[in-house]
Amino acid sequence: MNYYKTKIGNGNIAVDDTILVKDAEAAAGSKMLTGFKPLFSAEAVTRLENKGYQIAGKTNVGEFGLDLLGEFSYGAEADGVLKGAAAEAVANGEVKAALAVDMNGSARRAAAVSGVDFLKPTYGTVSRYGVISCAASGEQIGVYAKNANGIKDIMDVIAGHDEKDGTSLRNESYDYSFTAVSGKKVAIIKELSEKADAETKARINAFADSLRASGVTVEEISFDVFDTANTAWQILMTAETCNNISRYDGVKFGHRAKEYKNIDELYVNSRTEGFNFLTKAVIMYGSDVLSKNRYEACYDKSLKVRRVLAEKFEELIKQYDAILTPASSKTAYEAYNIHEAFGKVFNESAFTALANLIGIPALVCSGVQLMGKHFSEGLLLGLADAVERKGE
Amino acid sequence: MNYELVIGLETHVELSTESKIFCSCGGHSAAKEPNDCVCPACSGMPGMLPVMNKHVVELAVTAGLMLNCDINRYTTFDKKNYYYPDLPCAYQITQLNHPICTNGCVTLKTSAGTRDIRIKQIHMEEDAGKLVHGGKYSYVDFNRTSVPLIEIVTQPDFRSAEEVVTYLNKLKSMFRSGGISECEEGAMRCDVNISVRPEGSEEFGVRTEIKNMSSFEAIEKAIRYEAQRHIDALEFETEELVQETRRFDDASGKTFAMRNKETEADYRYFPDANLMPIIIDDEWLEEIKANKPAAVDEKAENYRLAGISDKEIDMLISNHKISKLLDDIVAMGVNAKDGASWILTDCAGILRKDGKTLNDLVITAEKLYAVIKMVDNGDINRNAGKKILIAVVEQDVDPVAFCKEQGLDKKFDVSAIEAVIDKAIAENPQSVADYKSGKVKAIQALFGACMKELKGAGDPAVIKTLLEEKLK
Repeated sequence: MNYYKTKIGNGNIAVDDTILVKDAEAAAGSKMLTGFKPLFSAEAVTRLENKGYQIAGKTNVGEFGLDLLGEFSYGAEADGVLKGAAAEAVANGEVKAALAVDMNGSARRAAAVSGVDFLKPTYGTVSRYGVISCAASGEQIGVYAKNANGIKDIMDVIAGHDEKDGTSLRNESYDYSFTAVSGKKVAIIKELSEKADAETKARINAFADSLRASGVTVEEISFDVFDTANTAWQILMTAETCNNISRYDGVKFGHRAKEYKNIDELYVNSRTEGFNFLTKAVIMYGSDVLSKNRYEACYDKSLKVRRVLAEKFEELIKQYDAILTPASSKTAYEAYNIHEAFGKVFNESAFTALANLIGIPALVCSGVQLMGKHFSEGLLLGLADAVERKGE
Repeated sequence: MNYELVIGLETHVELSTESKIFCSCGGHSAAKEPNDCVCPACSGMPGMLPVMNKHVVELAVTAGLMLNCDINRYTTFDKKNYYYPDLPCAYQITQLNHPICTNGCVTLKTSAGTRDIRIKQIHMEEDAGKLVHGGKYSYVDFNRTSVPLIEIVTQPDFRSAEEVVTYLNKLKSMFRSGGISECEEGAMRCDVNISVRPEGSEEFGVRTEIKNMSSFEAIEKAIRYEAQRHIDALEFETEELVQETRRFDDASGKTFAMRNKETEADYRYFPDANLMPIIIDDEWLEEIKANKPAAVDEKAENYRLAGISDKEIDMLISNHKISKLLDDIVAMGVNAKDGASWILTDCAGILRKDGKTLNDLVITAEKLYAVIKMVDNGDINRNAGKKILIAVVEQDVDPVAFCKEQGLDKKFDVSAIEAVIDKAIAENPQSVADYKSGKVKAIQALFGACMKELKGAGDPAVIKTLLEEKLK
């Protein structure tokens, strides 16, 4: 598999193509940004470099991270069985770890199908400075590594306050030491397990058994918020993405159409040629939910849903320390036609959207997903570590 | 039938901050060439995030306090979407749902008497860039992009063009004296909402909006033209009025339709997730209040009580730098009326010789005070003081050292003056003889000789007295 959109050096860290590395072409998987070379590196990249890590290259991503796993990356469209480039680079030992932006679940799905770990940390813990931003209110840089220890090593470096990002939390540093797991309570979510295929359910059960063997109580419960969370997040995500990528207009950098008679044609032709079908669908959906007549029923309502679900989750997490769910409906995906992409991604995001919507941490490990309250990364990594060490 | 004019105003004012609203680029007044003051953030490059400039919040709150507004302790930013090449992100960051100030009021004095104009809200936003059209191409200049603005929105409370201009002049002098904005050409821009209705009617007529005017003269002309157009339409059915946006053409003095309600863009406003809500707590608000300059009316009244003339008060009120200089030297102990004269007459006179104005004045309050103090203490006379002032204004010398160096203080020494007088008497025997023979006017020649010798530095009264004594 060709991991890289842009190869940089013989480093031990890969960075997905939505995260900037100074002077390295960054296109976020889109024709629209062809040839764009950033003047600065993302804060997370700078922090790693300052600690002696070296960047190996920019891994292919689906256009603006909107697809399932990265299958619709301009110039590197996938066929056959789908895999995420950054996840595979880690799985195959090409690099020790990789950074990726978790915006609509593609990084978590890629980790699940490649069998590596991926942590989407609590919103605001890792600076978004230098991320080609789409959905600012829920996107976050996360880390792929082979195991919980590998993730901890990277998080220790990249997490912390950055004054260049107004949404960065004020904490100077975070503690990612593994919490002892014995006596903890984990809930399996019935509604999400039911959405998954038999193989995925088997993974959930195996993971649960392994946790039990470490003294964790695991029980199945009903917590029927995930479809609502997904609808709300798709509304917010498409609206914010539509807005944030409207700056790619062919005027300043990136792709510009050859044929145009006036400024309107320059915009329309450049964007028609530059974006793929999925991105266009997101733009249409996002524009619609922000329009005057629909704003209150769609966008404003989604903001309310975000608050209500954050409270509901807080209630649940008083009784359980974490929840255990699938990260995807199945363990492998086949290539498909881009015209089906919007619906497919929507359905799969039911597993991932809540974490983006309310900013909680989510950890994919052994093909399943753990979620906990804000700043509970130490516990999630501890649970993953307990299972991983059993498997060794 | 008699008609009543109903006008509401949206005024954009560029704030006097050192840097732009969401990045550390200098304001566009610092720019010499196009695209001088531009960084990845204000040119909309991917990966950059807006970071709020605290001073913008403070100036907006100060403006709100001056206009008697409620200061909203929770304030947020929204994005307004539209495509234009001078708008690098294709959205403008502004405030829709939670503006920083609401419910203000400003009192106007016009020929019609005293009127209160209600302020609906003040919000913060970023400016757009500028397009320059030339030949085959159009060019984009991002120097002005993200320069901070406040927009002051009034209720439809104006009833004449005169009231509008009075209001704008009042805002201008308030903002200048408050250090909020220099209000230079183009830094204050207005959208005028206008309708007419039969006198006594409570209902509003069809409203049109005239966009983006910066000269007060043009605003007045546009209002008069547009009001007459509305009245003609109602009275003589010359045309059907529709709610629309219009522009004013200065050359013809007419307004022209730009777009109507149906074709108006949907700006799809929504909250900006990159900027956290700003919370203004009691401590911060008190700090801003403490730093707020005295209200214009109050300040003018204080100057008036100190005996400063109305003309001088106008000059002071409209120039924050100058009134601050005066306030500073007054705080050091200078008499206000005297200080005003030193600045507005003497300093201005020195600058005028070089074709400059008080805006170009560079002098610290400490140096100006040192000059005035030497004169007030009687160490030197006012002429010598002026000489020192010229050197301070033109070459920024140290006034006390300069005075010593030039020997200006010695000229006040009686024995030194007596020596000069003796010399003049010895060198002008004819004048002495004339004086002694009764031609009193002959003393002028001797006096002139003394002044020449003293290079104009001696006290004329002292010289005259001593001279008369010597000639007895």
